[in-house]
Amino acid sequence: MFGGIDPGLLIASLMVASVPIILAAIGELVVERAGVLNLGVEGMMIMGAVCGFIASVQTGSAVLGFVGGALGGAALALIFAVLTQFLLANQVASGLALTLFGLGLSSLLGQGFVGIRPPATEALPFGPLAESPFFGRVIFGHDWVVYLSIASVAVAWWVLKSTRLGLILRAVGENHDAAHALGYKVRRIRVLAILFGGAMAGLGGAYVSLVRVPQWTDGITAGAGWIALAIVVFAAWRPWRALIGAYLFGGISVLQLNLQAAGARIPVEYLSMSPYLITIVVLVIMSSGKGKAALNAPANLGQTFHASR
Amino acid sequence: MNRRTLLATAALGLGLAFGGVANAQAMDKAKACFVYVGPIGDLGWSYQHHQGALAVQEAYGDKVEVTWQENVPEGADAERVLTQMALSGCNIIFTTSFGYMDATNAVAAKFPNMKFEHATGYKREQPNVATYNARFYEGRAIQGHIAGKMTKSNKIGYIGSFPIPEVIMGINSYYLHAKKVNPAVELTVVWAFTWFDPAKEADAAKAMIEQGVDVIASHTDSTAPLAEAAKANGAVIGFGQASDMADYKPSPRVSSIIDNWAPYYVKRVGEVLDGTWTQTDVWAGIKDGEVEIGEITDAVPAEVKAEAEAMRDAIAAGTYHPFTGPIKKQDGSDWLAEGAVAPDGDLLGMGFYVEGITADIPK
Repeated sequence: MFGGIDPGLLIASLMVASVPIILAAIGELVVERAGVLNLGVEGMMIMGAVCGFIASVQTGSAVLGFVGGALGGAALALIFAVLTQFLLANQVASGLALTLFGLGLSSLLGQGFVGIRPPATEALPFGPLAESPFFGRVIFGHDWVVYLSIASVAVAWWVLKSTRLGLILRAVGENHDAAHALGYKVRRIRVLAILFGGAMAGLGGAYVSLVRVPQWTDGITAGAGWIALAIVVFAAWRPWRALIGAYLFGGISVLQLNLQAAGARIPVEYLSMSPYLITIVVLVIMSSGKGKAALNAPANLGQTFHASR
Repeated sequence: MNRRTLLATAALGLGLAFGGVANAQAMDKAKACFVYVGPIGDLGWSYQHHQGALAVQEAYGDKVEVTWQENVPEGADAERVLTQMALSGCNIIFTTSFGYMDATNAVAAKFPNMKFEHATGYKREQPNVATYNARFYEGRAIQGHIAGKMTKSNKIGYIGSFPIPEVIMGINSYYLHAKKVNPAVELTVVWAFTWFDPAKEADAAKAMIEQGVDVIASHTDSTAPLAEAAKANGAVIGFGQASDMADYKPSPRVSSIIDNWAPYYVKRVGEVLDGTWTQTDVWAGIKDGEVEIGEITDAVPAEVKAEAEAMRDAIAAGTYHPFTGPIKKQDGSDWLAEGAVAPDGDLLGMGFYVEGITADIPK
């Protein structure tokens, strides 16, 4: 026990609290690495939340709920893909519109689902391992989505760093004209990346409505999508840093609530602002001296691509 | 000339043109506008205000046009929304969250012919700003009684939104009445610093449950704390806040405070229609039907339920005030002498905990 808080419990709830932003941030990170800036993460998350909720209530299966959530997020992302990749609309404006549209549409879809409880997502059965004192809660006490979120970070890191697919994706994001000249289908790759980002945001949203809050309420994601966007920048487009960023933001929020519940006399204002302070500090450190190159965003981030040029 | 002064000048011009005519005149048709801090679908605070708005429409039919805007952030954005509403011809605007206080007064100064009604605030800097509030602390007394009787761990919790008098008096009332029936009770307060963020509200409830709290009252707007309590399979109970939240009956939701704004809204819009609206400061409670106590479910033993209902009836009859002395402040100094009841002014500016609460109020 530390200050009345069980560290195992704290880390466990920190990991759970961070799942939605990790999933959404990894999705957005891949999208941005492909050179597309999709500011509609919040809208895709809440579509995932409502579609996942509806799917799981209708089928009685939590797993199908997550599938529905991913499909819902991807469906909304498809609109963005059509607008920005085929109609060459401005990405910033389209993304913001996507968030507004997602919030409104989710509210409409969710009308008949208020006050219903979704099927439960249980912790994976690790048997005796889950009984062990500290690691039982921290490592073996979670539902499958928590493991999926961490696995997604590892996979994104590995694919981006070590595979041909990742190299192509990065090439498209860094210089779409060169990638095009090499014969890569810039538009197709970007559309697929956008759909992946939508599906991941949808999964994150579904986690909010199916596990973290287990209910449907209008506006349930309450800004988590914006935090995911911020984390991508904080992480300088690196998957593992995104994980750290998500744990930092999610963790501080949980930590300050736990400190209050434990009666610790720490002013909550300082804790609440600490992730932002750390973000500033990290950005300052990274943008000075040797680390500077690492801070660079994908060179073609947010630029529209047309093959005729 | 920037946009704001342009708007202000335009408004002033309108005011000069129609000012003399519009004042204290009966109207054939009025437009009533509502500003909500969360979504209507929160099933709590904003939902309940919207029920009041719908009641206005119901009561006056074609004579009133009702519009509303959801999810309006407190602060500078609110001023923009209010200005837009005023320019769109609203005759009366209800701003339904504490944080709209300064924006309401600022916009009211620019539109002297429009009526503004600010919920839960205390500033009436302009003659066209009225304030209204409900005595939620009366309901908190009943919840505190149930909490003190029902807790097994002797730890009860309260999820606060912001450290403002309205919330602090709720906490004090809740604690005092729990302590009265269970001297061993300890109160845990967690500040969420938001009115509406279901995930954070659920996290706050979770943090308390992990600390052994088994009765949770919340002063935020969504049903998320009840959803979190429901995961404990009956070991943790809570209360509906602002709305009945009947979906969580019979447990974890064992009772609720229901804000019934409809009678007030219907009355005030009616006064705009017949030209009798004046600046007022209304603070109604259980007696006036503005605060209702939702059904106490069978998860509560019959005698506790009977006691709680007796307290409700005594408050309604005016024979019992939840803040009746002797009550000391947290620092041990005297607040209310034996038998004295708290003056409204003390409550509305309440910035201290009562004796026995161990936490500090964030500054």
